[in-house]
Amino acid sequence: MTTFRKRGGGKTPRVPRDLAHLSDEACVLLVARGDETALAELYDRHGRLAYGLALRIVRDPQLAEDAVQDAFLAVWRGAGKYVADRGKASTWLLTIVHRRAIDLVRREQRRRTEPLEEAVETHVAATEELAWLRLERERVQSALRKLSDPQREAIELAYYGGLTQSQLAERLGQPLGTIKSRMFAALTRLGELLAEADQETRQWKPTSSTS
Amino acid sequence: MEADELHELTAAYALDALSEDEERAYEEHLRRCPQCQEELRAFADTAAALAHGVNAPAPPPALRDRIVEQVRAERAIVVPLASRRPLYASIAVAAAAAAAAIGVGTWAAGLSSELEREREALEILAHPRAQSISLAGAEGRLVVTDGREAALVVSGLGAPPAGHTYEIWVIQDEQPVPAGLFAGGEDVQVVRLDEPVPPGATVAVTIERAGGVEAPTGEPLFRARA
Repeated sequence: MTTFRKRGGGKTPRVPRDLAHLSDEACVLLVARGDETALAELYDRHGRLAYGLALRIVRDPQLAEDAVQDAFLAVWRGAGKYVADRGKASTWLLTIVHRRAIDLVRREQRRRTEPLEEAVETHVAATEELAWLRLERERVQSALRKLSDPQREAIELAYYGGLTQSQLAERLGQPLGTIKSRMFAALTRLGELLAEADQETRQWKPTSSTS
Repeated sequence: MEADELHELTAAYALDALSEDEERAYEEHLRRCPQCQEELRAFADTAAALAHGVNAPAPPPALRDRIVEQVRAERAIVVPLASRRPLYASIAVAAAAAAAAIGVGTWAAGLSSELEREREALEILAHPRAQSISLAGAEGRLVVTDGREAALVVSGLGAPPAGHTYEIWVIQDEQPVPAGLFAGGEDVQVVRLDEPVPPGATVAVTIERAGGVEAPTGEPLFRARA
């Protein structure tokens, strides 16, 4: 080490504290190390989506805030348990948010089951909303529209409505086995449709910059 | 519940549509079923995509403040615990990144030292706008961010002879600058460079005497051009 040439007083250049260039996965890693700015960064990236999802499920702004706050605290406490090769960090985070919202809604027995109405949701001016969120929403909604009616209904009642598969079977007057296979087929098909849409939009999405 | 029945619950589980009892049974099954783990991974991504399907009004700014405040309050308690914990998460991320980068599936996770340097290296690997260049002369990649920070991922590099070390060089205009030492001997070596890598520069690795030298004394074992 004695003859090692150093620059800038021997300090190796560090990754800047601005975390904007880090992937979600790397941010979760920093959160696991107790880095609160990394948690704030994750919130800045996904907080709006998290809140929108929670609000859709619990249909009450105050409860939605509670769900999001709970979820981000769970992220803070549980980041060390996140295992990158089991999935994307954003999926992990949104799964936690969804879970909290579902728990709240089931606990409060406030379930609303109208599949498509968005009664409580605030109208969002197009200019106010980030463009990529709007594009993502259109992509997902368009994929949902391509499912068969029973498939879409099953997914929406479960994911947004918070119904369990048994409640779904009861509500739709179908055997549980039918509901199970319907959800399975619906989610498989939705995954395919989203992958197709992804292929189509990939060309012009902002990707790597060659500086 | 029978295993066959449990397999079928993966979609419902991804949608959070199981009762508590069903969920417990499924999770127990999931731990032992690689097939379901694989399936769940895809289903979970699809379910999470549904979050994008809703209108997302901006949450009140006070919500962010509350979250950050609460985390700060917990920080004093959590951080000592977190730093005592082995870095399973970082190892998993680095292993996944290394496997993805050079196409090997396994990486012995026996990492105990230089975790901080490795964490920095894997931040580079995880960088969304990183350029990845194949090595000439060894299996692996050089990964360079748009900020010109770089990390090497090399596999199958044995330990150097006793009293020696691997040394990394950033060579520009035929001027090699030392960019760090590493011990080798891991199945997959992930190492962050101490020097930035300008466009067009070459990164090379030689074997040098322990402690490192200021100019390379031998031929490079392998190299990559940024």
